[in-house]
Formats: sequence, C-alpha cells, structure tokens
Amino acid sequence: MAAGRLAVARRITLARAWLDALRGTSHVVMSSADLRALLHLLTDRLAEALAAEPFSPAPGYEIGRLLADAGFTEPESLARTVGLLGAGTPDPTDRPEPEARARLAELLGELAAGHTAALRDRILTAQEALIRAALIARNRAESLLHATETRFRTVFAGSAVGIGISDLTGSILDANQALLDMLRHPLEELRQHSIADFVHPDDAAEVSAAYAALVRGERDHFQTDKPLYRGDGTVLWTHVTMSLIPEEPAGTGCVVTMFEDVTDRHLLETRLRYLATHDPLTQLPNRALLHENLNQVFADARPGDRLGICFVDLDGFKVVNDCFGHAVGDRLLVEVAGRLDKSVSTMGHLVARMGGDEFVILVADSTGPDQVIEVAERVLDALLLPMWIDDHELTVSASIGIVERRVAGTDPADMLRAADATLYRAKSDGKGRWALFDPLRNAYEMARYTLSAMMPSALAGGEFFVDYQPVVRLTDGVLAGVDARPRWRHPRQGLLGPDRFVSLAEETGQTATFSRWLLLTACEQAARWQQSYPGMSLFVSVGLSASQSEDPRLVEDVLRILDSTGLDPRRLQLELNRSAARANVEEPSAAVRALSARGVRFAMADFSLSHANLALMRSLPVHTLKIAEAFVQGLCPLEPDPSDLQIVTAIVSLAHGLGLTATADGVETATQAARLVDIGCDAGQGSFLGRPGPPEQVGRLLAMAAPGDSQPSVLPPALA
Amino acid sequence: MERPDWVPRGIDVDQPSIARVYDCYLGGFHNFAADRALVAEIRKVLPAAPLFARANRTFLTSAVRYCVQAGITQFVDLGSGIPTVGNVHEVARKADPRARVVYVDSDPVAVAHSEAILGEDEQATVIHADLREPKRIQEDPAVHRLIDFDRPVALLMVAVLHFIPDSDDPAGIIGEFAAPLVPGSYLIISHGTDDGPVSAQFTNATNMYRQGVAAVTMRPRDEVAALFGDFELVPPGLTWVAQWRPASEAEDVAVPETLFGAYAGVGRKR
Repeated sequence: MAAGRLAVARRITLARAWLDALRGTSHVVMSSADLRALLHLLTDRLAEALAAEPFSPAPGYEIGRLLADAGFTEPESLARTVGLLGAGTPDPTDRPEPEARARLAELLGELAAGHTAALRDRILTAQEALIRAALIARNRAESLLHATETRFRTVFAGSAVGIGISDLTGSILDANQALLDMLRHPLEELRQHSIADFVHPDDAAEVSAAYAALVRGERDHFQTDKPLYRGDGTVLWTHVTMSLIPEEPAGTGCVVTMFEDVTDRHLLETRLRYLATHDPLTQLPNRALLHENLNQVFADARPGDRLGICFVDLDGFKVVNDCFGHAVGDRLLVEVAGRLDKSVSTMGHLVARMGGDEFVILVADSTGPDQVIEVAERVLDALLLPMWIDDHELTVSASIGIVERRVAGTDPADMLRAADATLYRAKSDGKGRWALFDPLRNAYEMARYTLSAMMPSALAGGEFFVDYQPVVRLTDGVLAGVDARPRWRHPRQGLLGPDRFVSLAEETGQTATFSRWLLLTACEQAARWQQSYPGMSLFVSVGLSASQSEDPRLVEDVLRILDSTGLDPRRLQLELNRSAARANVEEPSAAVRALSARGVRFAMADFSLSHANLALMRSLPVHTLKIAEAFVQGLCPLEPDPSDLQIVTAIVSLAHGLGLTATADGVETATQAARLVDIGCDAGQGSFLGRPGPPEQVGRLLAMAAPGDSQPSVLPPALA
Repeated sequence: MERPDWVPRGIDVDQPSIARVYDCYLGGFHNFAADRALVAEIRKVLPAAPLFARANRTFLTSAVRYCVQAGITQFVDLGSGIPTVGNVHEVARKADPRARVVYVDSDPVAVAHSEAILGEDEQATVIHADLREPKRIQEDPAVHRLIDFDRPVALLMVAVLHFIPDSDDPAGIIGEFAAPLVPGSYLIISHGTDDGPVSAQFTNATNMYRQGVAAVTMRPRDEVAALFGDFELVPPGLTWVAQWRPASEAEDVAVPETLFGAYAGVGRKR
C-alpha cells in the first residue's frame, strides 16, 4: 500500500508542477481552486491510462480536449504540457523504461491530437458565430438604411415644399412633384437645366454666387426670397433655402434646394402696403405715401433741383354733404379724384388725398412756377364739367394754393405750410382759382397772424384803450353823444387803429373777448360821465361785430354790463356794421328787440341803401341810420357829386320817413356840414366836428357847458 | 465629417474593431484577419501588449465578484464587447444565481453575437445603444425588464471611457447614468492612462491602436478619480489595474503587479 500512497504523492506533485507550467501561458479565468481540481483530474486520468491493461492511448485524446476546453488554447500551453509530461510521468506500476516511455509517448500524441481537435472545433465555432453575427448586423444596417431611404423618399415625394437636388455645378439631378408642379416642367426637361435658369436674369448672378460659395464650403446654407419663372411665363414668389450635402469621397456631394411658395404672402404684403398707402375711398395715394414721396424728393435732390406743390381744396363741399348726404359727398369725392388722376397723373405727378376734400399734387423736378400753374389750370378745367351723381347735377370748383421753389433752402414741412397759406389766400380771394405763393403776402399774413396772436395778452395788459369822437347835432351844434373808437398802443408797431385789428379779431375768433372789453370800457366811461354830469343825456355808441350780433349771449352780456356799470340803457347805442348786415337775421333781430325793449338804441352803420341794408331794416328795430362816409365825401367839393347828393338826401328822407334819425359819418369840412344841415341830416361826426380823443377831452367839453344847458355846444360859434 | 447614423461601426469586417481586437489580445477566436494583423503589428512594437487586456479582464472578474459579495444582483455592462469566456453574467451567476445582467454595446456585430450567445437566457440581455445617450438606454424597455432601479445596481464602464473624448463630456454622461441609481449602487471603472514610466514603445503601440482601431483619450489619475463623482472608492481605492485586489482568486501570473497603462477602481454610491 505504500506504493499506492507514493503514487498519490507523486501525482499531486505532478499536478502542481503541471499547474505551475501552465500558469500565464493562456489567459484563463478559472479560479485557482478549480484549476487545481482540473489538473488533479487530468493527472489521475493520465496515470490510469498509463497503467491500464490492455493499454490504449485513447484517454490522452480526451485529456487534450479537456485542457483546451478549460481555456488553455495558447500553443505555449500545449508545449509546456507536453514538455513537462514527456520529461517523465511517474508510472505507478514501475514498468520497464522503454515500455513506459512508449506508452507515454502514445498518450501524449493523443493528447496533442485531442488538444488540436478541440482547438479546431473552438476556432471554427467561434468564426462561424462571428460571421453570422456580422451578417445579421449587416442585414440590420441595410434594413435600417432601406427604411431611412424609404423615409427620405416618402418625405421627398410627398412634401408640399418643392425640393430640388442638383450637383455641384448646379445641374438638376432630381426634383419632387411639388417642385415640378411649381415650375410646370416635366422632370426630364428639368434635368437639362440648372437651378439658375429659373430665376430672373437680374437675380441669376446672386444665386450663382451663393451656390458657388455653398459648394466651396464657405457657408452652410443660403436663404432668400426670389421670384421663380415658370415654363408658361408666369411668376411664382418663393422662399428658397439651399443646403450642401457633402458625400464621400471628398469633393462630391449635392445641393438640396427647397422652394416654398410664398406668393400668397407676397401678394398679401403687397396688398397691405397698398392699403397702408392709399385712400380707401378714392384709391388715390394717401397722406402717408405723399409724405414718403416728398421726403424721398428731398433726399434724392441734386443741387438746383426744384419742386412744386398744389394744395387743392374743393369749394363748398360742406354744402354738398349737408344738402345731399355723405353718400353723395363720397361719390363726389371719388369723381373728383378720378378727374384729378386722369388730368394730372398722366403728366407723371403724384396726386394724393390728404383727407376730407383736400388733395395735394406733387410736381417733382419742376421747371418753374409756370409748369405748376399749368397743372393747377388743368385741375380747374377738369372740374368745370358738372358731375352727375344720383340724378343730381353737381358742380364743384376748387381753390388751389401753389408753391414752387428750389429744393435747397426749404423742407417738406415748410413747403406744406406755404401751400396751405397760399390756399387760404386763394379761398379768401374768391375761390375757384389758384394762387401762387407770394413771399411778401406770406410775410404780411404772418405779420397779421402774429398780431392776432398778441391780442389776448395785449388786452389783458392794457395795451388797448378807447378814444371817443363827438357826435354832434347838426342843427344846433350840441354834443349828442360819442362814438367809442378802440385803439392799440402796440409796443413795437406803435398806435394801431381799429382797421388794423378789428377784422383781424373777427377772423381769428377773438372778437368776443375784444368786443366785451370795448363794450365794458365804453359803458364804464359813459356811466362815469352820467354820474358826474347827471343833467347831460349823452349816449355812447359802440360797434357790434357780426359774430357778436349772432351770439345768443349778447343780450345777457349787454344787460350784465349795463347792470354792473349802472349805465342807463338809453345812453347806449349799438352800431350794426356791414358784416352784421350780411349775417343771418334770426338771432340778431331777437336780441335787438330784447335790448331795444330795455331802452338800448341801435344804429345801422355804413348805410348805403343796399339790398342787405334795406332787408335788415325790415326786421331790426333801429333808431338811427349812419350814412356811409363814401357818400358824405361827395358833398365836400365846390360842386357836390350829384349822385352822392341824391343818395344822402334819399337816406335822410328814408330815415325821417320811418321815424329814424340820420347821422353822417366823415364830416370833414364846413361845406359838408352846411350841406348836411340843408339836407336835414340830424347829426354828424368827423374831423371837422371833433377828432377822436381821450375821455378827458369829452370831459372838458362837458365841463364847459353853461349851467342849465343839457348838452355842451361843440361847434364853433360861427356855424351855430 | 461625422459618419451618418445609418452606417454603423464594426460592420466592415476588413477593419479592426474594438471588440474583436480585445478578444484577440485575450487569445480568443472571435476575430478576423484584419484584427489579428493589427494585433501582430502592435506586438512587434510592444510584445507585452496583450497583458494590458488580460489585466483588465482579471479586474473585471474581481470587481464583479466583489459586487456580488456586497449583495448586488443587478449589473449593467456599458461597452460590453463580445461576451466570451469569463463574461459578467457567468461570473456573477456563479456567485449568485439570481444575478441579472444587461449588456450594452454600440458595435452591431458584437450585439448580434451577444444575442446569439445569450439566446433564450431570461436573466441576461443585450441592447444596441451608444453609451453617450444615457436617456435612450435608461428608457429602453429591455433594461427595465431586468433591472429594478429601486434597488442597487452595479454599473460597469470597464475599458470604455477612454473611447469617450472630452468633447462628449464623460463626467456628464456618468452623472446622467448615476442619477436614477439608489444609494448602495456601485460604479466599476477601468481607464487607460499615460501616467507611469511609459516607454516609447508603449506610446507607439497606443498610436498604432489609435490609427488602426479607434481614437483613445488617455487621462491622468486625478481626472480618472474625478469620474467617480459621488461614488466613494472602496479599498484599495484607485490603483493600477493589475493591483486591484491582486490577492483574489483570479490571478493571472503573467501580468506583473507593476503593470501601468490603466487605472481601476470600484465606487459605492452614498
């Protein structure tokens, strides 16, 4: 049995030696314990095989396989194994050497064979598995590619956006249906063209340059909006995006161009711009477009360039609207716009509707005022023919303000202001005409405007004062009353008479303030006289403007002033002047009657037997007629003007016939006075009878009156 | 220019692939002529080249065994390559039959191969994904079938992070993978490095690999350590790959302990 134990001990030693030999020869992942177990097993098998009767080398094959299967696949592992075992495997049976060695050799041969066989099987299995895996992977990739391509194809074919694929030179390779529809070309025909063939020649250079830059890699992609020209000649607006798709090998690739139809958007933008710059009613350019053009003219102007502007304003348009309604008014404007357009636009000038019934014509690069005047004349001519609107035959005229000057030295706002001012002049000159900007007139008007602007503060500041002119009873030269005459001591312009500011006040709407001041001042003064000289029955005469006489608060104002001043109403005379006479008779007559009932007297100034005067007399209860200066003038020379004489006589008898008094204005000479006395005129005023002067002057006259006289005498004793 | 997505790597069998070259280093047969030719060329310059792969493989086995001992039964192997002898699910299941493994690789041949090997295995699966897309992997139903993220997981990134350049933000990727993991999860990393007494041959061999197989980004120790992020390194910490628990059973004597070229470590999520 010792032999048995020895054999075991020898086997353990061998197994350990084998393990040591194998260590590191192959990369094996078995744990040391497992490795030791394996090698013990193999060693035992080897020993058994060596000792077996009958002997067979077959087990060696199995040992070799097991070794390979354990992972000892490196050649080194086999080499070490064979080397170690071949050096002398202990034979438990102590057989004779040659036989033992022969058996070992055969076993090792089988071991090597088994190892190799196992290795071959492992390699083949591994390779087969790997190749299969590679094939599977490849198939999957191809499917994926196919799916991707299918996806791409679907997108390409079905896209509503036009897609074109071209090579690096621009030749079209492929186009999707959307693009074919857009361009209205079949694909084959398209393939013979390049992308640049479908843009406008003007755009072709830009597109080609961008394409080239794209191909060179200088930019990623290129976007633009371009019109595309179809096979049938029509145009399509497109938003174009080009991208480069590089491919391998380097230097190959293609360009993908996408065309998005933005015609609708383009049309919409165009339409919006049109709407923003044109008047919806007349379709003429609107004020915005005019300003744009005007500014452009100034921006583009070269030295020496000139331009002209006509401000055209329809006369009496308000009447049309009021009488026939706004629908008719609108159609009238459309008709007018049409005529303006026809007559002026053909000359290449811009006609714009500024608003309401106002139009502006811009004559750029004008050659002189004559050219622009001709334009204005054409406009006036065009409006001569009546217009038929809704069975109404309407005629309108226009007033036109023309400004024509060099571009240098002015600006758009200045031009428009000047044109406006000139238009105003055309209107006030009588309408239905053109007026050319006159720098002097303009300066004059500017001055008047400045003056009127200063009136309010002047009134408040006491620059205004009242002079009083005696009104004398011609029969006995007694002072009957005074005529209140306002004056303005202007700080710069000196003393200004009513002719300088009364109508100005009327025009600029400041009459109310002014008139109230005048009335108040005159009444206050008269009241003072009344108080100081109670025996005197002196009246004060104050002129009434048209707007005052129409003011419904006139009665209220006058009564308030009479109350506050304490003036006896019978001492106030209100004079209705020419403009009041022209006004609507309703309001004034009611006011006049009301005040008259309180005792206020009324005179009609500047009386001239005109239709208006006479008509007014029928409705207004006046007390006095003041004969116009013009006629009194005619009484002055040695041989009086016969007609003037007649007229004055007529007025006096008319007055007396109606129970009124007659007063003559402008009595400057003794002759006039004498003749007036002869005619029977009751009273007069004028430089012969007394110049307007401060209240103190009147006061002196009153003071000089002999006690007991009701009124002082003013005439030189010679005439009395 | 970037290779378009629908032409996957590795399919061209005339080009060496990462997985097949690694298999070749380990003495396997799952490789083609191109792979073997490259390995031969590299071995001319650096005869010991296979040792780096072998040391790495040994570390993998040790690390997996360590995690199983720590109670981990769920493993995700990112960049698993060809699952040949000593793969993660065999090693793990030997220690704990309940172990479940998800292999992830971007090489379609390796994935197809893994599928064939795993066959009907219900406790292991492979998915084809790029680890640079953590979301895709995390949302893959195949992953959720095997992995319960409410319990600890061992995440393996063995010999794979040096294929991720800085521009792809490897730390960020790790962070994304780590976020859904519960405390007690593990992160296993081995990473190539130029640190240590590298020879000119080592550098040449590395460059040959770069040119022939794939770009490699070697990282120094501190950068590799930083990749562990919130994972606390277990002893022996971050070491040369051959030195990580050399006393374990799976020792490969051919590999010297002093072998540099790669760091290895296992981190535990706090």
